[in-house]
Amino acid sequence: MLVRHLKLSGVNGSLATLSGVEKAANEEIVQMRLSDGTARTGRVVKIDGDEVSVQVFEGTRGISMANTETVFTGRPMEIPLSPEILGRVFDGLGRPIDGMGEVFPAEVREVNGSPINPVSREYPRNYIHTGISSIDALATLIRGQKLPIFSGSGMKHNELAVQIVRQASTADGSDFAVVFAAMGVKNDVAQYFRASFEEANVMHRVVMLLNLANDPIVERIMTPRVALTIAEYLAFTRHMHILVILTDMTSYAEALREFSGSKGEIPGRKGFPGYLYSDLASIYERAGMLKGVEGSVTQIPILTMPNDDITHPIPDLTGYITEGQIVLGRDLDYKGVYPPVDVLPSLSRLMKDGIGAGFTRADHADLSNQLLASYAKVQDAKALASVIGEEELSADDKLLMEFGRAFEAQFLNQSFTENRSMDETLDLGWSLLSMLPRRMLDRVDEKTLAEHYTGNE
Amino acid sequence: MTAYQIYGINGPVVTVRGETQLQMMETVYVGTARLIGEVIGLTKAQTTIQVYEDTAGLTVGEPVYATGSAMRVLLGPGLLGNIFDGIQRPLPALEQAFGAFIGRGAQFSALDTEKTFDVHLCVQAGDRLCGGDVYATCPETDAIEHRVMLSPDLSGTVQRVQPDGAYRLLDTVAVLQTDDGREVELNLTQTWPIRTPRPVQKRLPADRPLITGQRVIDTVFPVAKGGAAAIPGGFGTGKTMTQHQLAKWCDADIIIYVGCGERGNEMTQVLTEFSELTDPRTGRPLLDRTVLIANTSNMPVAAREASIYTGITLAEYYRDMGYHTALMADSTSRWAEALREISGRLEEMPADEGFPAYLPSRLSEFYERAGRVETLGQREGSVTLIGAVSPQGSDFSEPVTQNTKRFTRCFWALDKSLAYARHYPAINWSLSYSEYTGELQNWYRDNVSPEFSGDRDELCALLQEENALMEIVKLIGADVLPDDQKLVMETARVIRVGFLQQNAFHAEDTFVPLDKQFQMMHTILHLHHRAKEVVAKQIPISVLLKTGIFDKLTKMKYDIPNDRLDLFDAYIREIDAAIDGVLR
Repeated sequence: MLVRHLKLSGVNGSLATLSGVEKAANEEIVQMRLSDGTARTGRVVKIDGDEVSVQVFEGTRGISMANTETVFTGRPMEIPLSPEILGRVFDGLGRPIDGMGEVFPAEVREVNGSPINPVSREYPRNYIHTGISSIDALATLIRGQKLPIFSGSGMKHNELAVQIVRQASTADGSDFAVVFAAMGVKNDVAQYFRASFEEANVMHRVVMLLNLANDPIVERIMTPRVALTIAEYLAFTRHMHILVILTDMTSYAEALREFSGSKGEIPGRKGFPGYLYSDLASIYERAGMLKGVEGSVTQIPILTMPNDDITHPIPDLTGYITEGQIVLGRDLDYKGVYPPVDVLPSLSRLMKDGIGAGFTRADHADLSNQLLASYAKVQDAKALASVIGEEELSADDKLLMEFGRAFEAQFLNQSFTENRSMDETLDLGWSLLSMLPRRMLDRVDEKTLAEHYTGNE
Repeated sequence: MTAYQIYGINGPVVTVRGETQLQMMETVYVGTARLIGEVIGLTKAQTTIQVYEDTAGLTVGEPVYATGSAMRVLLGPGLLGNIFDGIQRPLPALEQAFGAFIGRGAQFSALDTEKTFDVHLCVQAGDRLCGGDVYATCPETDAIEHRVMLSPDLSGTVQRVQPDGAYRLLDTVAVLQTDDGREVELNLTQTWPIRTPRPVQKRLPADRPLITGQRVIDTVFPVAKGGAAAIPGGFGTGKTMTQHQLAKWCDADIIIYVGCGERGNEMTQVLTEFSELTDPRTGRPLLDRTVLIANTSNMPVAAREASIYTGITLAEYYRDMGYHTALMADSTSRWAEALREISGRLEEMPADEGFPAYLPSRLSEFYERAGRVETLGQREGSVTLIGAVSPQGSDFSEPVTQNTKRFTRCFWALDKSLAYARHYPAINWSLSYSEYTGELQNWYRDNVSPEFSGDRDELCALLQEENALMEIVKLIGADVLPDDQKLVMETARVIRVGFLQQNAFHAEDTFVPLDKQFQMMHTILHLHHRAKEVVAKQIPISVLLKTGIFDKLTKMKYDIPNDRLDLFDAYIREIDAAIDGVLR
């Protein structure tokens, strides 16, 4: 027997409080009906005796202390799942908004998920070919990895994400389905993604969850969880390979901060709640593969660094959880390099076990080490040139400057539709390194150099 | 069992109304699902409990059961090679019970109680036993003998002893009559509260190094057996990689690896890699000497807080058997954040950056559990603590790094710019330090070479000099330096690239014995000394560079196998020949 509560005892931000509630369960879902007939959904977030705080997903606008009837459902937040969700569009809570009716559930699942037992994980090893040289050669994406794109406002992270989705393929030829979750992005950005998926003719393999910039922030907090529940279902129950794109994690974290503030919690750094790390981890850690189970969840979260500051709590904590990062650079973007991947701070932690003989090519690790080491030296030469002028540089430094320019123009830079094969990318890398004298390549042993170095001494 | 009722729930914190008989730090079972929790606050009005599992679905009015004892771990054979979560639940058993995703509220024995061990009893009826004395031994793995000790809080006379043979964990192998006349049945286990340090006879000086095979550590910034070291570094600087290298190669007998709030895939990697790699000393899989504790970032935050203590208690237990143990904690910042998170839920007054005011005292308590000791049973053992720190925004002035610095004597600062240039291990030589070098001087003199310390100091001085010169070079370029300074730059480059940089993926270079480290250092310095003669004769240094001898030394780490140290003589001869050729 469900009890109706006719009154609230307080409303603050997106939080409503009720008193006199018996036996509320932590994190259970409540249904609210306003006197004007509209319905809202909420979730119990705090219980103090008979006083219960409820987070209202759609916001509390129009709610008064007396006009709302509340029913405790006794169930946690769940969503219906079936293979038919592919090709559908949902709102941030997983309710269909494409006019094609409700999802007929094959299964119902709680959205919070459970942590994967480290013993049951399969260590990810198969690389995903993206056709983008900077990523394939220097920060290789591995199936089951979580590799975020750290971007800034106005940079081409959306194009990069679309290009990855269009070109992604695996060595064994199996295809991806995509779960796309938009959190607080503008309507035209969501449209851009949708149009791009349609243009590439992949919409039937995409699930879209849209929480746009003007949608309620409390819904936004649930959006990545809904997306990952769908992804886990498709991956581990339906055995598909799922690429999850979460954009924009900055909006997500800000929603969390806003909500935490309305709960009156003690803020940590920059006003973000002290549990931001654990909260982000509960999202990112849902990527991975399971032993003996076909299917995988690969995550590409996109976040815009406020003021391009990589030490801001959001990129900072994200970097501590994810397995590397792809950082976009403002300078490269100004120079017109696309994709503007700043390769020095970019990193793929799983790359070392997913490349080399048997995966990509035997010389891959050496090449990528040497390219990065040489490009790091280019930065030193650039800094020196800005003080004493390029004319005054030593002969070696001049060569480095030349190498740096060629590396940016030919290796990093490629067109939006260019899909380079792994061999093309690696050979291009060697031909660029061959601009430098052999003695400057100190990361590569003689044997590999003999095979690939084509410059004159 | 006494039961109370849940009154309030806020994240992982649960409250019980009114005055209770519960004690501070007592373990409780919360709710009908029997989630594990711990009492962290008592007032007349309410009792506060932190729950080690997800509290979703918990209802007001559900029972809270008292257990009457503090959070304990079960100690006995079967720990090695196993993997536990933060509160010592065995993850393989959880997998069997729940499948790939971790469920809640299950109670498991930490150790397999059905497995039998070949036990040898080493006492006889009538023997007098004190806490810490060994009464039985059994091979726990092929590499490690498990010594079953009397719990430190017991002593008495042995009444009866079973014959040697195969016993299960909880089978009685002996009966002890305690001094107050009680009869205690002894099996192969004991339990110990995780937040209490295990007692020792006395502390010994930290005067021998933990050999890690990593040049920048062993030679430049060594850590003593029984010491404490911190590895701070922003993301992507190689904290975890360094921890893995230490866990693989350091010469401790037992490794406790605590993955505290870190990535799940990393723990999987340790698990697979360590079962494949063999220990160079015993020839057995590395996993045979390792206990893994995995509380990944998405597992409950309160258990993350406990995982560090679980780990250190296991380390102390093996220390008491007379082993040298090393505990790697990756990362202590996550543990500090767990403290902050719980503290925030309790609405305590925050200090620096929202961390609770008791952060320094908790950190010091933890690091003080390191040490080389004489144990209760008169054996010698040690616990070395190596804690990774993940400073927010790579800023070393934040509270966790600063406080850790106060309680550790060895500081390996990882540097972002080195990592960007792919200089690994990215330990910055001007920010890092080790206070153990003085105490270890004699050991290096007696066991490696009398010249070791002098060479090391010279090496550091050269790096320091290069640092100062770099300031000039950044402004006006290297070409304008006089030749003696150019030589310093060249030698420092050989030291940086040829010595400090170490390739963890290279078969020879991943672990380098101390003798080779010394020879490498000595050879580089020999070149430097001889090259000074060239400079003194006013011959341009570029002439010497053309001989390629500097480049040759940068690659000697790959070219000289670890077991062919005789090859160094040829290098010395080659240096002399090159210099003499230039001088002529």
